[in-house]
Amino acid sequence: MFHGYLPMILDGLGVTLSVASVSLLVACVFGMVGALAKLSASPGLRWGATTYTTVVRSLPDILLMLCVFYGGQIMLNRLADAQGWGYIDINPFLAGTLTLGFVFGAYLTETFRGAIMAIPRGQIEAGHACGLSRMQVVRFIVLPQMVRHAIPGFTNNWLVMLKATALVSIIGLDDMVHRAGLASAATREPFTFYALTGAIYLAVTTVSILALTALERRFSRGVRREVAR
Amino acid sequence: MINWSIIVETFPAFLEGLQITLILLVISVAAGLVLSIPLSVARASDNLWLRTPVWLFTYVIRGTPLLVQLFIIYYGLPQFELIRDSALWPYLRSPWVCAWLAFTLNTTAYTTEMFAGAIRATPMGEIEAARALGLSRFQVFRDVFWPGAWRRALPQYGNEIVQMMHATALASTVTIVEILRVARDVYTNYLVVPESFGMAAVFYLVLTLILTRGFKMLEKHYLRHLDPAASAAPAIPRTDKAPANA
Repeated sequence: MFHGYLPMILDGLGVTLSVASVSLLVACVFGMVGALAKLSASPGLRWGATTYTTVVRSLPDILLMLCVFYGGQIMLNRLADAQGWGYIDINPFLAGTLTLGFVFGAYLTETFRGAIMAIPRGQIEAGHACGLSRMQVVRFIVLPQMVRHAIPGFTNNWLVMLKATALVSIIGLDDMVHRAGLASAATREPFTFYALTGAIYLAVTTVSILALTALERRFSRGVRREVAR
Repeated sequence: MINWSIIVETFPAFLEGLQITLILLVISVAAGLVLSIPLSVARASDNLWLRTPVWLFTYVIRGTPLLVQLFIIYYGLPQFELIRDSALWPYLRSPWVCAWLAFTLNTTAYTTEMFAGAIRATPMGEIEAARALGLSRFQVFRDVFWPGAWRRALPQYGNEIVQMMHATALASTVTIVEILRVARDVYTNYLVVPESFGMAAVFYLVLTLILTRGFKMLEKHYLRHLDPAASAAPAIPRTDKAPANA
């Protein structure tokens, strides 16, 4: 049915999923730093974080990706020329994951900020009163509780980011969409292969939704539900 | 640092790209709005046979990347002889129609879910009161139901329009010369990033700013009755600071 191209496409799914998971890690780092900066007492940090989230959320992700890819290439070339290294190609995997991480870090900043703010202030004060350090308060009081509040926003962002991974095919990464293009060209059946790719994406989204709903339930164990009354 | 002569030279091309971006945005959003009103009513309905097909449509569209949808339509449909022989073929071979189709399907799916949510959030008492006044089903929908749902959905709808504006950048992958395609062409010709992608970024930033401001004003107009400061005499001076415990 797929002229023997199915294994190649499924291999591409591996690329897509590794792009997605590495981007998610990067996004979590950016998001956490952004959220803490937005909630910090320093006006400079708050201003920086606000600029970051506003600018990133005002631009199409594909534009940012091309910016990082081509801009990075030019900077790398200049550096290589100055150091006499010869020509270096920018790695599309690196460019793609860094951009997606940077972009979705801005969205996660808001998610994490909201989740932290949902923790009663008194608990943090109590932590300080018990003599915990700032780091300990974050580790033992803030982080475990913010997970529950962050999961719905996190689920949303993960789903959007998963779909945004399709963009890495534009900067030449050999992901599922790119391979579907190759298989289409070889077999002259573009509909078959792009529809297959779409179906695989849908399967991954569905599994994600089921898994994250289960996770949300797990982290909400022992939490009284207001609606149930 | 910045080569201003390139900017001056390519600026008219960017303005044309802006025009194309706006046309793509307006025609997709307008079609999406018209389609999503009846679909959202079906989606929020109690009738399983009405609700399920719409749910399936929004689930599939929202679960797959827009880029893949665009490729399925633009590269994929010509695979079938039935389509190449049909009367629609002269339209379907145009990247414009394909992009418009993909964007419309996409925004329709998201808007439908959004409106359906707003419809479900309608207080039953409002409907009962309107029915008790003797309004017909259509009048209830037009005069009570929809204005309320629209107001509830407005903030989210503004976000959707901004997202859609950013999504039009994908049209650059099917040979449509909107803002991003202009930037990519400028990059190919001059191999400069600030003057190409940076310039496009400025255009998108300004567009985003205008759209968000516009929707803020619409919200002010439509949600005026919800703003305590606007309806009552402000006894306490308003500050924009959030309360410490929020």
